[in-house]
Amino acid sequence: MSKRSIVPFGPQHPVLPEPIHLDLVLEDEKVVEAIPSIGFVHRGLEKLVEKRNFHDYMYVIERICGICSFMHGMGYAEGIERIMDVEIPDRAKYLRTIWCEMSRLHSHLLWLGLLADAFGFESLFMHCWRMRETILDMFEASTGGRVIFSVNKIGGVLKDMDDSMLKTFVDMFDKMEEEVRQLTNVFLNDYTVASRLKGVGILTKEDAILNGAVGPMMRAAGIESDTRKLGYAAYGDIDFDIITGKDCDSFARCEVRINEIFQSFSIIRQAVAKIPAGPVAVDVKGNPNGEAFVRLEQPRGEAVFYFRGDGTQFLNRARVRTPTFANIPSLVKILEGCDFADVPILVLTIDPCVSCTER
Amino acid sequence: MAKIAKSPWLLHYDGSSCNGCDIEVLACLTPIYDVERFGIINTGNPKHADIFLVTGGINEKNKAVVKQLYDQMPEPKVVVAVGICACNGGVFKDAYNIIGGVDKAIPVDVYVPGCAARPEAIIDGVVKALGVLDEKQKAFKKAKKTKGESK
Repeated sequence: MSKRSIVPFGPQHPVLPEPIHLDLVLEDEKVVEAIPSIGFVHRGLEKLVEKRNFHDYMYVIERICGICSFMHGMGYAEGIERIMDVEIPDRAKYLRTIWCEMSRLHSHLLWLGLLADAFGFESLFMHCWRMRETILDMFEASTGGRVIFSVNKIGGVLKDMDDSMLKTFVDMFDKMEEEVRQLTNVFLNDYTVASRLKGVGILTKEDAILNGAVGPMMRAAGIESDTRKLGYAAYGDIDFDIITGKDCDSFARCEVRINEIFQSFSIIRQAVAKIPAGPVAVDVKGNPNGEAFVRLEQPRGEAVFYFRGDGTQFLNRARVRTPTFANIPSLVKILEGCDFADVPILVLTIDPCVSCTER
Repeated sequence: MAKIAKSPWLLHYDGSSCNGCDIEVLACLTPIYDVERFGIINTGNPKHADIFLVTGGINEKNKAVVKQLYDQMPEPKVVVAVGICACNGGVFKDAYNIIGGVDKAIPVDVYVPGCAARPEAIIDGVVKALGVLDEKQKAFKKAKKTKGESK
């Protein structure tokens, strides 16, 4: 047996946009064990719930993560609406669905770009991010922000999209879909990409269940798990299938995310076709008293929110279980036995969002 | 600043930001904003870097990391705090694990406010940092020269 050595990976590393630390136990070039340590981005924002009025806390919870900021805000709004028994207008539900899917689109394009960068395809990275800018422009036109939107409120949404804007967006998505298809052809059909991803980082069905994987990690292992099927917001009225993969490897995870991009286009189109007219928010009076659980499908997987109020304007407790946190045991599992040079790619295939994980 | 004297390399580190500013820093490098046209390159190695971009506030755990990265950068160097959290803690100011802005750990030369800071603002900040870098370089050379003369 050769000698074991420990190589620290992170917190600052060229491939990581965010700090996470892994101690990699190596035997020659093989990783025997990976020991993660987190906490570099911990802010303690769940505790801030005691210092901010429950309406104002919306602006804090959105800043759990800049990529899924809309969905965090929406999870909070849904939770408080459930506690206070508020029924939001249908138009608000549809608008939330559209913004959710736009978030998924920009998140998956961002991830594809980072993946391309990790295996050395720099112009592919640039193309992914160029397309992502179109979606950010749409976000800016509809909400006013590029990454932090502050468009949710308890009882609905703050801004409406008029019909001409929705029509323009659908036209833009139609055009984009063709471009994205050309782009994703490279990921799916290029043999260099395949040689980096196929058979690398296998997470079997059993391991995925055992380690509590969520989102594309889970679906790439062939398990149908998608909380959008619970029918929150307007997802109940929309027709879509759960996308799964078969091969359980990094390539399958890439394929699942790519197919989800096209699924998001279809969901947005359906939502725009069905969106009813009417108000976008209702007035909310009083303070929340009670507790609520909310489950949401974020781009990285299932997020679980828990809120408890005691009838005052400050909540008692807010807790978020974010998808990357749930995927870290799976990451440790797929790192065992991999080549040292594959570590950056494998860290990326879980689509890590460290600021979500550590809050 | 009339012209850019050198091609400055960036080091980016996420202190404890929400990711928003980080993706905007990356967006600066991509085709729409494209800071590479100024010769700016994002490097992962602190020993190569002239400008240190920090996003997010400082907490107990990352204070040492930020300081270490700063110390590893060769002189002259400029620090840019990107986003309101890096300037003074921002929305997380009252959170128990946030000490404050980046200036609690290392000296900051340029502050770029915003939540999240827009790419245009980040580029403006970096261009401003280039001016500071120029001055620091002059002072650095002068100090080196006078030191040489006194020997």
